[in-house]
Amino acid sequence: MRVEQIAVFLENKCGRLAEITRVLAENSINIRALSVADTADFGILRLIVDQVDAAKKVLKENGFTVGKTNVIAVEVPDRTGGLASVLKTAETEGLNVEYMYAFVNKTGDNAVLIFRFDDMDKAIAALQKAEFTILSGAQVCAL
Amino acid sequence: MNWEEIETLPRPGLESIQLNRLQKLVHRVYETVAPYKAKMDEAGVKPGDIQSLADLRHLPFTTKDDLRDNYPFGLFTVPMDEIVRVHASSGTTGKPTVVGYTAQDIQMWASVMGRALAMAGVTKGDMVHNAYGYGLFTGGLGAHYGIEYLGATVIPVSGGNTKRQITIMRDFGSTVLMATPSYALNLADAMADVGVSPDDLKLRVGIHGAEPWSENMREEVERKLGIKAVDIYGLSEVIGPGVAMECLQSERGMHIQEDHFLPEIVDPDTFEPLPYGEPGELVFTTLTKEAFPIIRYRTKDLSRLFAEPCPCGRTLVRMEKVTGRTDDMLIIRGVNVFPSQVEHVLMGVEGVEPHYQLEVNRQGNLDTMSVLVEVSENVFSDEIKVLENLTKRIQVEIKDLLGVTCAVKLVEPKTIKRSEGKAQRVIDNRKL
Repeated sequence: MRVEQIAVFLENKCGRLAEITRVLAENSINIRALSVADTADFGILRLIVDQVDAAKKVLKENGFTVGKTNVIAVEVPDRTGGLASVLKTAETEGLNVEYMYAFVNKTGDNAVLIFRFDDMDKAIAALQKAEFTILSGAQVCAL
Repeated sequence: MNWEEIETLPRPGLESIQLNRLQKLVHRVYETVAPYKAKMDEAGVKPGDIQSLADLRHLPFTTKDDLRDNYPFGLFTVPMDEIVRVHASSGTTGKPTVVGYTAQDIQMWASVMGRALAMAGVTKGDMVHNAYGYGLFTGGLGAHYGIEYLGATVIPVSGGNTKRQITIMRDFGSTVLMATPSYALNLADAMADVGVSPDDLKLRVGIHGAEPWSENMREEVERKLGIKAVDIYGLSEVIGPGVAMECLQSERGMHIQEDHFLPEIVDPDTFEPLPYGEPGELVFTTLTKEAFPIIRYRTKDLSRLFAEPCPCGRTLVRMEKVTGRTDDMLIIRGVNVFPSQVEHVLMGVEGVEPHYQLEVNRQGNLDTMSVLVEVSENVFSDEIKVLENLTKRIQVEIKDLLGVTCAVKLVEPKTIKRSEGKAQRVIDNRKL
């Protein structure tokens, strides 16, 4: 029930994001979702792509530091309170969100929330118990 | 206070005192310090071979590595119960360089420091604002005892808390400022910020050392503080500040207190002694120290010696302002920093690659150091806090070891230029 995400270290200098997207495009890798976390000195780009291992390989070949981590993708109806309901469950269960980002699927009916929790196993159990829809990596890429 | 007679002795008289002291010293270290004996035996030289000052060249050199190998007290010549103080400075790796003093050494140091102050025209009537750091660093306490020896009033203000320092200088009527040249400029700028002008102060002379500074910086200090700024030289391995001092009339560097510290200039490649006037590495032999005498200590400082008589009347040779180093030591805000120390810290952090670079800049009058570290997969994380903890940890460990606050900048792999042969570890952007 986990989705593989790749994270790339971004030095705070001009053109690094452009370089990453160029490398991915040249290798026909499609980005499904992304977020950039930035500090004064550096950034971390987090990506969900259709070909995780290929993306990791080509980025490494181009000199980037790349990591692979697991995140949880939760599908909620795209309406008021969708995210709030998931976070309410997380709060009740004492789960801490390390970071999250979201995108809306093509039909526009549902939103996909990408979560990294401090305790991923507990999070999956809690979200399943609360009957949220948890997507697999293949499902996220098929959206 | 006038200078002591020995400072103006004709050279033959001074040299005979030096030779007598050198011979006694060589006998003493040979008999009491095993590492010195071993090195002299290896070089095939006996204490009796020192028949003239020129024979000094037969004695083996001492380096920072010798101090490290005998850490902490292995080169002391007296039992520990005769040691009344220790100081320490940066070693080349994790361990500091430790030096020790007997009561007599402290007294001698105070007297040479007192003489140094007298060279700058300081007298009993002066109020001396001592902004050198107090602590393991020899600067603060070394100056302190010299000021008291001279009979002037010492304000032991130490470093930092700049605004309070300005208030004290104004309210106490400080007449002499002792500080690193960069801190002197920092004080001048801070004075401008709080609306205190040099006319509000009684400062007359500044005594500046512990870091390299140029003639341009001297002019800036003199202009901004309305004082005469003079240069002082010293290093803990020899004794601390006061080894050499610029007098007010000198236009050719600092008088070396030769009755206590015997200087040589050697070729940095062949280590052969060079004649007066030739540039090379400065080497010192202490003639009168008890606890921690040192023979032919290679300072790694580049300078020249001048024997021409000084208008002030002193016959002591003068050394040119230090023009550079033969190694990669940096001086950051008065603290000696070796790139190898930073490497030592990084190697202790799991997963950090051995590729790093130090970037030194001068922002305003303050030196700043950034350590550039490549982010390998081993330390990378998708979470910001993990990387921030890494930079904080490196920062704290460098501060703990070196006593210098630095910025840690994470960079992408392979962005630090790989050189063929010796890596370029330091980018020094300071225009000194």
